[in-house]
Amino acid sequence: MRVFLELPPTLHRASTGSLPALRLAPWHGAAILLIILATPLYGYAAGGPAPSSALAVLVRWTPLLLRGFGLNILISFMSMAIGTLLGAGLGIALISERIALRATAWSITQFFRNAPWLILLFFMMYLLPYSLHLGGLTLALPDWLKAVIGLALPVMANIAEILRGAVQSIPPSQWEAAESLGFTRSQQLWLIIIPQGFRRMIPPWMNLYAILTTSTTLASIVGVNEVVTLAGQVLGAEGGGPDLLAPLYGYVLLLFFIYTYPISWATRWLERRNAS
Amino acid sequence: MQAEPLLVIQDVHKAFGAIEVIKGVSLAVNKGDVVCIIGPSGSGKSTLIRCINALIPFQRGSIKVLGIEVNDPKLDKLKLRKHVGMVFQQYNLFPHRTALQNIMMAPIEVLKRPRAEVEFEARALLKKVRLEGKENAYPGELSGGQQQRVAIARSLAMKPDLMLFDEVTAALDPETVGEVLLTIRQLAEDGMTCVLVTHEMGFAREVANEIYFTDRGVIVEHGPPGRFFTNPTDPRTQAFLSQVL
Repeated sequence: MRVFLELPPTLHRASTGSLPALRLAPWHGAAILLIILATPLYGYAAGGPAPSSALAVLVRWTPLLLRGFGLNILISFMSMAIGTLLGAGLGIALISERIALRATAWSITQFFRNAPWLILLFFMMYLLPYSLHLGGLTLALPDWLKAVIGLALPVMANIAEILRGAVQSIPPSQWEAAESLGFTRSQQLWLIIIPQGFRRMIPPWMNLYAILTTSTTLASIVGVNEVVTLAGQVLGAEGGGPDLLAPLYGYVLLLFFIYTYPISWATRWLERRNAS
Repeated sequence: MQAEPLLVIQDVHKAFGAIEVIKGVSLAVNKGDVVCIIGPSGSGKSTLIRCINALIPFQRGSIKVLGIEVNDPKLDKLKLRKHVGMVFQQYNLFPHRTALQNIMMAPIEVLKRPRAEVEFEARALLKKVRLEGKENAYPGELSGGQQQRVAIARSLAMKPDLMLFDEVTAALDPETVGEVLLTIRQLAEDGMTCVLVTHEMGFAREVANEIYFTDRGVIVEHGPPGRFFTNPTDPRTQAFLSQVL
C-alpha cells in the first residue's frame, strides 16, 4: 500500500478505482532466476539420478513454450482491444446524464468488476457456441477465442471505471466554463474533459494490461494450449519428476516477468511524470 | 425615452435544498451599463450571476436577457449563451489548449464559423487584452492575470451582448489585479454591458453606473456610485462599507 500513498489524490482514485497496481521490481526477476538455477543442485543433493539437467530440459522445450507464450500474448492483445472498446462505451454510459442508462451501466460494471475472472471464463466456455452463424458467414469459435471474450469482460468493466474516475478527476469548473461558452454536453465531454482526463487514464490502463497478461494463464484451466498448459505437458513428457517442477514453472514465471516488468516500469514512470 | 433593458431580473428566488440563498431579487440593466454587485460573502452574489446564464436553475421569478426568459424549462441554452459571456474567479481556461486555441474553440465548434476568420479575430482579441506574443502559450505558462485576460478574450470571441464577471480578481496576486481591471475598464468604455460581482470598491466606484449592495439574499440598497459610497442610507450598507473602505 505504500506505493499508493506516493500518488496524488486524483491518480490514486483513478488507479485504485480499478485494480491494485502491479508493482514489479528487478529483485523479483532475480528471485525467479534463483528458483530456476537452485533446484538442480537440490536435485543432485537429494542423490537421485539426473537423466538430464533441468536447464537442458528448459532449453530443449523453449521453442514450444515460447509458442504457448505467444498465444498468451495474443489473447491479452485481443482481450485488451475488445475490452477497451466496450469499456470506453460503458464508461461514457457511466457518466451519462440519463439516469436509466447510468444505472444500467453501473450494474454491468459492478457485476463484471466483482465477478471472479475464472468464473467469467468458465461461463464463456460453456455459453458460447463452437461457431457463430452471421448471415451466410460461419465463424469458428475455438477455445482460445472464447477465452479472449471471457477475459475481455472484466477488462471492459475496469476500463469503464478508469474512464469514469479520470473524468471525475477533472474539476467541475471545467464543465462549467465549457457550458457557459455554449458547448453541448457531448462537446464538453469530447473536446474539453476527455482530452484532459486521457493522460490520467494511461497508467491504470497499462497496469490493467499487465494484470490481464498474467491472468491469461487462467485459460490453462479451461484447456487452451497456452504456456502453462504446455508446461504441464512438458512436465509429463519428462517423466513428471518433482525436480523439474520448480525450474519449469519458474521459467514460465520468468517469461511473464520479462514481458510485464517493462510495462510496470513504464506505468510508474508515467505516473511520476503526470504527478509532477 | 429608454429602450427595453437588456437584462431584467424580477423577484428571483433560489434555494439550495431548504436554504434560500436568494430571496426575491429584482434589478434591470440597460445596454451599455456597468453594474457592480457588492456585499459580504455568502450573500448570494455569485449564485445570482450564475442564474443569469442558466448555469444553475432557480425556483421562482424571471430573468430576461434580450427578451429571452431564462426560467423556462424549454429554454434554448445555446441561444442564451451566445448573448452572455462569463468570466470566472479561477479563470477556468482549458489547460490542454493554447491561449489562442482557448479563444478559438467556441466560435469554431459552437458557432461553426470558418477557422481562418475566427483565428484573425482571436489574434486581434489577444492584442486587445495586451497579450500579443502569448498566442501559443499554454495556460499553465501564464500568470493569473494573463490567464484571466485570456479568459476575458475567450468570452469576447463569442461576441456577447452582456458580460458577467464573477469576482474575477479575487484569486489574483495584487500586482496583477490592475491589468485585469484595466481590461474590463476598456471593455466598459467600448460600451459593453457588464455585470460584475466584485470586492474592488475603488474600481466599482470609478467604472460602475450603478452599485447594488446585497446581504443575505436581498438587495439592501442600490444607487449610482457617487451617492452610494458617500451617502449610504441603510445601516447594513454603512456597516459593510466602513469595514471594506
